[in-house]
Amino acid sequence: MIAASSAPSVAVRFSGVSRHFGAVKALDNISLDIYDGEFFSMLGPSGSGKTTCLRLIAGFEQPTAGSILLNGRDVVGVPPYDRDVNTVFQDYALFPHMTIGANVGYGLMIKKVPKPQREARVAEMLELVRLPGVANRKPAQLSGGQRQRVALARALINQPRLLLLDEPLGALDLKLRQEMQIELKAIQQQVGITFVYVTHDQEEALTMSDRIAVFSQGKIEQIGTPATIYETPATPFVAGFVGTSNVISGELAQRLTGQKGMFAVRPEKIKLCPPETVAPEESCQALGVIRDVVYLGMHTRYLIDLDRNGDLVVIEQNLDATSMSVLDAKGRRVKVVWAREHNHALIDTGGGA
Amino acid sequence: MTALQPSPSAPPRSFLHRVGSYFYAHPNLTLALMLLLPVVWLVVVYLGSISAMMVQSFFYIDDFSGRIVREFSLDTYQELFTPSNIDIVLRTVGMAAAVTVVSALIAFPLAYYMARYASYRVRGLLFLGVMLPLWSSYIVRVYAWKLILADEGIVTWFFNVLGAGGILDAILAIPAIGGRSLSFSFLGMFIVFVYIWLPFMILPINAALERVPKSLIEASGDLGAKPRATFMNVILPLAFPGVIAGSIFTFSLTLGDYIIPQVIGNSSYFIGGVVYVHYGTSGNIPLAAAFTVVPIVIMIGYLLIARRLGAFNAL
Repeated sequence: MIAASSAPSVAVRFSGVSRHFGAVKALDNISLDIYDGEFFSMLGPSGSGKTTCLRLIAGFEQPTAGSILLNGRDVVGVPPYDRDVNTVFQDYALFPHMTIGANVGYGLMIKKVPKPQREARVAEMLELVRLPGVANRKPAQLSGGQRQRVALARALINQPRLLLLDEPLGALDLKLRQEMQIELKAIQQQVGITFVYVTHDQEEALTMSDRIAVFSQGKIEQIGTPATIYETPATPFVAGFVGTSNVISGELAQRLTGQKGMFAVRPEKIKLCPPETVAPEESCQALGVIRDVVYLGMHTRYLIDLDRNGDLVVIEQNLDATSMSVLDAKGRRVKVVWAREHNHALIDTGGGA
Repeated sequence: MTALQPSPSAPPRSFLHRVGSYFYAHPNLTLALMLLLPVVWLVVVYLGSISAMMVQSFFYIDDFSGRIVREFSLDTYQELFTPSNIDIVLRTVGMAAAVTVVSALIAFPLAYYMARYASYRVRGLLFLGVMLPLWSSYIVRVYAWKLILADEGIVTWFFNVLGAGGILDAILAIPAIGGRSLSFSFLGMFIVFVYIWLPFMILPINAALERVPKSLIEASGDLGAKPRATFMNVILPLAFPGVIAGSIFTFSLTLGDYIIPQVIGNSSYFIGGVVYVHYGTSGNIPLAAAFTVVPIVIMIGYLLIARRLGAFNAL
């Protein structure tokens, strides 16, 4: 038993929560804790239940079974307007008939905060998202990235204890998205509230989160820090979805490691060597032929056909190589070598990636 | 490999293919051809006839010979603004306004239910229900209402069965809107107007409500607004262009209608009926034209006010 004072307080607690739509189990018996002040990401492919999970916290949906606690209060049956939670919507959901100022100040207007104070707070929030002076414009006059910031300012003005973000960067281009990732993280640290962030982009989740829950088919596959999720994926699904992994099982696993059971190895951990190379006894090794080469600029992805059934993906940085030289490698015989410590045993959930 | 190379002897292109390519290469020509007919129609037939009518309203009738004098004059407008004619205009505008307001009040909840709650199937059935009356003749429906509202009709019968015949009599005894029976009263006329034009109010409001993204309604609730506040601050303003569009239909159609006041009601004149009489019976085309200008002016004023009120801001 840990003393209550040393444990961080729980902002959101799901206990055995299910949300079924007829025969479709969008969420099936989920339990999880989200702690105060953390940046928590829900990662998964579309239809994995992550957005349903967010909507349950916001109150847009009600669970079919189980209990949801927000800051210790059971909120099942509580409507969204009675929850101390605000949401940044995927499509931003800015009110098109209102100015930016009215959009950002909407929550305060509903609370009947007097106009002068409201306007001061709106200016403050627009300052926070680095969009000063747009209060009199309409949402249609702003770019996607600017609208995204306005949506953030609007959701933060009520000073919620919990901010929900539903793939907020999905519609932005790569460059802007990377900028916003850093900025969001900075804003979270500045305002110090809990962020629950839904995304299907594993890189985004790894970059920003304190902890990540990986969703698949209405269930949570693994919860952990980005490093845990990436370095030691618990299931074949996580290994395949977060980064790419070679998931090896059955006879091949037995041959390569001398052990039964499923394991994963990251493609960047595997080295390509000439076939005659003598590798240290304790490392894993196999002979094969390069079947395919994909030049990716910064690095190159090789697909290796192993001599004794099976294939492996290997990624190498293009330290000295050029596109010509790597493409030449196609058809070449190689030996793949990696250190045994990079093998991660997986729990076979039967899911697969 | 050979399959990927362009075939050296492409078959000669057909005439239609070449015509199509020509139009593809000249999009402005294509656009001009497509717009030719509607533009000719709008400018020549539509605007032309309206201008001709406007011009007619500035001619006048020679009192002595009864002939139209084709000279510019404001005599006809002077005649238009006599008290009895102003009464007709006010009566018509009052009826149109009442019909519009009540249509909107009836249409909005139905349109709202159709747009936000009804299942796919129910929505289809409701659309059918709204459109179905438009498939049968307007005249037939007006005469059907004449029978429904008549003294011997089902409405009177129903009130009597409920033992509430006294209530109906009391309603009919109200001055101005009452009359001998529902079918000879402003109230009956009003009921029929609302019935006839209601679909034209329901459909645009429904279309406007369907365009309101669900996330906006969720966002409003998320920011603390109770359903009533969400309705007033988000749903209604966004649906308002639809209400305005519907009200343009109901208002202008009521302003111009001349059948319903003839069939139902106490034979007081409405603008449409007066135009009909001046044009058809007494041959006073200038005055008929001047009367027709009235709804046009009223509609222009109405649209300007609607715009001032921000009705089109959400468009």
